[in-house]
Amino acid sequence: MSEVEETIKRIQSHKGVLGIIVVNSEGIPIRTSLDNSTTVQYAGLIHQLTMKARSTVRDIDPQNDLTFLRLRSKKHEIMVAPDKEYLLIVIQNPSE
Amino acid sequence: MAPKAKSVKPPGSTIGAKPSKMKGRPKIRDDDDMTEIGDLGDDSYVHGKTLVKPDDQLDLSEVELKEEFTRILTANNPHAPQNIVRFNFKERTYKQTSSVEQIAIHFALDGNMLHKDSDEARRQRAKAGMGESKSEAALSEAGEEEGGEGEDGEKEEVVEAPPPKKESLRNQFNFSERASQTFNNPYRERGTATEPPPRANFSSTANQWEIYDAYYEDLQKQEKAKDKTKQIPTYRKEDDKTKKKLVAMETASDDISRVTRAAKIVERMVNQNTFDDIAQDFSYFEDASDEFRDQEGTLLPLWKFSYDKAKRLAVTSICWNPKYFDMFVVGHGSYDFTKQGRGMLLFYTLKNPSHPEYIYSTESGVMCLDIHPIYQYLVCVGFYDGSVGVFNTQEKRPGPVYKSTAKSGKHTDPVWQVKWQKDDLDNNLNLYSVSSDGRVVSWTLVKDELIYADVIKLTVDDLPTEGPDGTQLQLLGCGTSFDFHKKIDYLFLVGTEEGKIHKCSKAYSSQFLDTIDAHHMAVDAVRWNPFHPDIFISCSADWTVKIWDHNYGNQAMFTFDLNSAVGDVAWAPFSSTVFAAVTADGKVHVFDLNINKYEALCEQSVVQKKKTKLTHIEFNPRHMIICVGDERGYVTSLKLSPNLRKVPKKKKGEENVGIDHEIEIAKLDKILSLVREPDNKEKK
Repeated sequence: MSEVEETIKRIQSHKGVLGIIVVNSEGIPIRTSLDNSTTVQYAGLIHQLTMKARSTVRDIDPQNDLTFLRLRSKKHEIMVAPDKEYLLIVIQNPSE
Repeated sequence: MAPKAKSVKPPGSTIGAKPSKMKGRPKIRDDDDMTEIGDLGDDSYVHGKTLVKPDDQLDLSEVELKEEFTRILTANNPHAPQNIVRFNFKERTYKQTSSVEQIAIHFALDGNMLHKDSDEARRQRAKAGMGESKSEAALSEAGEEEGGEGEDGEKEEVVEAPPPKKESLRNQFNFSERASQTFNNPYRERGTATEPPPRANFSSTANQWEIYDAYYEDLQKQEKAKDKTKQIPTYRKEDDKTKKKLVAMETASDDISRVTRAAKIVERMVNQNTFDDIAQDFSYFEDASDEFRDQEGTLLPLWKFSYDKAKRLAVTSICWNPKYFDMFVVGHGSYDFTKQGRGMLLFYTLKNPSHPEYIYSTESGVMCLDIHPIYQYLVCVGFYDGSVGVFNTQEKRPGPVYKSTAKSGKHTDPVWQVKWQKDDLDNNLNLYSVSSDGRVVSWTLVKDELIYADVIKLTVDDLPTEGPDGTQLQLLGCGTSFDFHKKIDYLFLVGTEEGKIHKCSKAYSSQFLDTIDAHHMAVDAVRWNPFHPDIFISCSADWTVKIWDHNYGNQAMFTFDLNSAVGDVAWAPFSSTVFAAVTADGKVHVFDLNINKYEALCEQSVVQKKKTKLTHIEFNPRHMIICVGDERGYVTSLKLSPNLRKVPKKKKGEENVGIDHEIEIAKLDKILSLVREPDNKEKK
């Protein structure tokens, strides 16, 4: 268990990373390094988007599955790694 | 008002002649009955028969006076309206009431007469009866004053008789109502509400993939059921455990350890972003200037790997994973005899340059390692303390799965090289190690332990020397490296500290097939050419790299002087003529015999601080990169520029075939033949 904790800490302290959020399958954030309002917002919206993306991928080929999702915007990049029950969201500023 | 007599008067009289009288009369109100007395202004009535002509009487002629006017007396009420119109709700119109009441009531007086047989009358009589009896008694008294005493009794009787007849009278006029109300109990309200049954909202979509998932799960369950029926009942316990785990999974939804895989992926993504330019270089950068420099190439530095706990330790060995081409293993230890401490075994991947995937800490320094070509999770390690260990990355143990101990025949000096070999006849894993104690040992992994077998002892001389008390001692040389032939299974080379290279066979344990005096100092590395069966390369601390043909053991085919102690040399996997060497002055030398037989194509310093020795070098089996380790614990990856990795051009249509071995061999042969002829001539 501590391995994951270490990994998450490392990601958090990595260069350019603004925050990391762990969301469960219902869209409720379990663990976050950002403030509450931002977290809730991210969790809700990104959860929906990921579900949609996954649904899209799987509709095309049910044997396929979503590995990860990258959303690059002007200001930063949102990276989402979906799991069976969880969702890991990392916001990073790649140009730093 | 007393009824007045109505006198019918002849025409011209006041009653009939309304029109004549209208003007003269004061305004008559509507409710006035014209047939009322109204004859107030009639003087004739008051004064009897005297005719007095009023002043404003119409003067009519005699004819007119005699005119007969017909007056009809009707029973109609002249005051009653003639046309009452009422709104009929049924027909929603105004309708004229057909008949209007013509009754005119002049006088009304409510009487108080009762029928003598009615209830009220009877009641009153009953009440009055008492009074009558009293009055009768009085009358009788009055009538019979004389018989007073005798009639007193009658009186009394009479008086006594009515009281029992007296009933409770209901006084009609003096009605008093008396009501009583029962006491209303104060209301109290009491309510209970049951708890609503727990509800859960369920919503789902039926997609193609959801259906697929459901079928897949069903299939899995069926397979498990089949397995269950085949296997021993003890497996039920495991199933229960898994069931419990499922339950636990549902409840312990906050268990963060389940995010492991996602966390790893995200970490790699984050790293990819941070080292984006390096990742791009790795894939796409080609040094364009190589087109202009024919005989030169460059090395582009890519990622740099370091782990803070291993920073003080030198890189003692690197090995690329033969299956997953982005993974490699680095062993850390110390070459310094005086500073011996712990060691580390780190597994890195190119996808995550900031942190190793697996970390193993060891008590003594790791000197060498090798990954099993088939079971990539097995790594064999040679330690400074002379023991050999096997790590299994699939198991989550912090230490080696197998380790040789003093009892089980471990080496007495540091193990300099280990190599996996093919499984023996019993399908047990097999590995070889060479050490400074002069032994080449073969270890077999049988069940839980390592069983050793001495393969060969590196004797210095053929003749045993005499020891102090006359006993015969066998001096052993120190082995520093070895390499097994790719094709010929039993053939292997051993390099020693004395600078000799022994050609040995697994079959012969006491004798060497051949000995070559290769170098003046210890042989640091010896490697067979991956393509050519006869060629091998060796490097030494005497600043030289030599290429040999094992058939001609007297002299090296090629000798390269690198101006510094050479730590390691490696052949490129994609070409038979390319090899690279690392030196103690921090430089990497890359040679391509095809292009330049005498000089390096590239001599590049890759260390940040000068005076850092480079200890090891390895080519990646798939990508065109090399990994270089130094004594500070850093591993640097470098990309070969196009000039350094020239492969013979393939024909169109054969491009996907892969490296053609024969072409490679032929290429090398051609070069060798140029060198060999003068050699032969010299021999001769």
